[in-house]
Amino acid sequence: MTVMAVPDSAMTASPKSAAIAVQDLVVAYQPGKPVLKGISLEIADSSVTAIIGPSGTGKSTLIRSINRLVTPTSGSILFDGQDLAKLRGAELRAARRKIGMVFQEYNLVERLSVMENVLTGRLGVTPVWRVWLRKFPREDIARAFDLLAQVGLDGYATQRADALSGGQRQRVGIARALMQDPRLLLADEPTSSLDPKTSVEIMELMTGLARARSVPLIVNMHQVDLARRFADRIVGMADGQIIFDGPPDALATEHLQQIYGGEGWLT
Amino acid sequence: MANVSSASGPRDLRAAGLSMSWTARIGWLLLVAYVLYATSILDFSFDRFVVGLENAADLIGRMFPPLFSRADLRDLMYRGLMESLQIAVLSSAFGIILSLPVGVLAARNLMPGWVTWPARGLIMLCRSFHPIIVAILFVKGVGFGALAGILALIVASIGFIAKLFAEAIEEISLKQVEAVRASGANFMNVLIFAVLPQVNARFIGFATYQLDSNLRNSTMVGIVGGGGIGGTLLSAFGRFDYDYVCAILIAIIAMIMVGELISQRLRALFL
Repeated sequence: MTVMAVPDSAMTASPKSAAIAVQDLVVAYQPGKPVLKGISLEIADSSVTAIIGPSGTGKSTLIRSINRLVTPTSGSILFDGQDLAKLRGAELRAARRKIGMVFQEYNLVERLSVMENVLTGRLGVTPVWRVWLRKFPREDIARAFDLLAQVGLDGYATQRADALSGGQRQRVGIARALMQDPRLLLADEPTSSLDPKTSVEIMELMTGLARARSVPLIVNMHQVDLARRFADRIVGMADGQIIFDGPPDALATEHLQQIYGGEGWLT
Repeated sequence: MANVSSASGPRDLRAAGLSMSWTARIGWLLLVAYVLYATSILDFSFDRFVVGLENAADLIGRMFPPLFSRADLRDLMYRGLMESLQIAVLSSAFGIILSLPVGVLAARNLMPGWVTWPARGLIMLCRSFHPIIVAILFVKGVGFGALAGILALIVASIGFIAKLFAEAIEEISLKQVEAVRASGANFMNVLIFAVLPQVNARFIGFATYQLDSNLRNSTMVGIVGGGGIGGTLLSAFGRFDYDYVCAILIAIIAMIMVGELISQRLRALFL
């Protein structure tokens, strides 16, 4: 059982089948102190990739560089024929429309209704006057209702987002991301604010919907057991670098020791 | 301050942060000294206060009964009040509309520094003078009448609403904004869907408060020629028609009370 530990070399094989290819990504919030130290990663079409690793190791930074909530210092992120790392302005917004994102703290607009929050997924293509007057096209509204049903929130459309429970909010977050009809789904610790049972339900829902649409999903998480259970592939990060990359079965105790350090917690 | 840790007895009070610092003591002493000095300079004596009380009693005596009976004066008063009301409503409407963009431009969490500084400068300029001084400037500029009063109160409205609005925007949750930005929305759509919902309630609060405030100030700009009931009031004072003055004051109080009632309703309507 040999799982590759150094990503850079082996990763140039087949760029054609990859939905997204990260190459030598470096992110430094302060000069000289990189959070990501040259990450290279290819994500295949229609797969669930879980990124695990200790807090502060750059998992969120990696995910957030992809839709450019974080600006990379160097390196490239190839997606749909473009280098996301170099996009600006209108081109960047156009690329973001193709990438849905689910957040740890849901990040719903609390004072808007569930329906409005789901329709946020269409803001990228809806003219300002329609947004201002809430005159969304009928087919968008129909799709939003449909998505709400798919995430199990039938009948919640008119509720205000701050009236929902954590699990329900994350369901709205998933519907919002899918409303974009994304070509790639990102999830930044989507279950870290939820209880264990709800976490499983949310992971089940999200991976199920992503697989049904053949949309690749990259999800950051803390819970190794959830990652094993739901992901096709696990990427282990420590100290700004990828130190494990392989299927869940290949993730052994020694890898977890490498990723998280120490061993007392593993017993 | 010497070695506090080794001190004992009374010094422990200071170590515990309970006694007043020397700088604060000196500050209070200076304040008391200045008040005494200013009182002596300004001829602020008890005798004058007593004489003043007598004058005031005389004035109030001549105010009653208030003069509501003369039709021509009543008509004059009515026109003045209506003009004040119009000044208040128009200046509030324009002030609120202009405050929205100015407030957004001044919010430091949404805009880069080269945008916020001019916007904040404009707000500071609007705030630095009392409406009366601004009204005097506008009366000199555009001449006597309601227009000067309206312009003066627009300036006051921008100064108040835009400042508080910008501060409200600076306190919003950026996580919500980030999620909307991540969907690929342009700036205006982010503003409409992520920023405004978070500050909407407070903006309406500021706006209705300013409407009240403008209503009060609209009765005053007339004193310097800015239109409205203030001019009528001033000339009644000048002619020593204290009973008519009293009638005007009562009418103003009634208008302010009705105005507050209406702005409360407005707030309930929009929230």
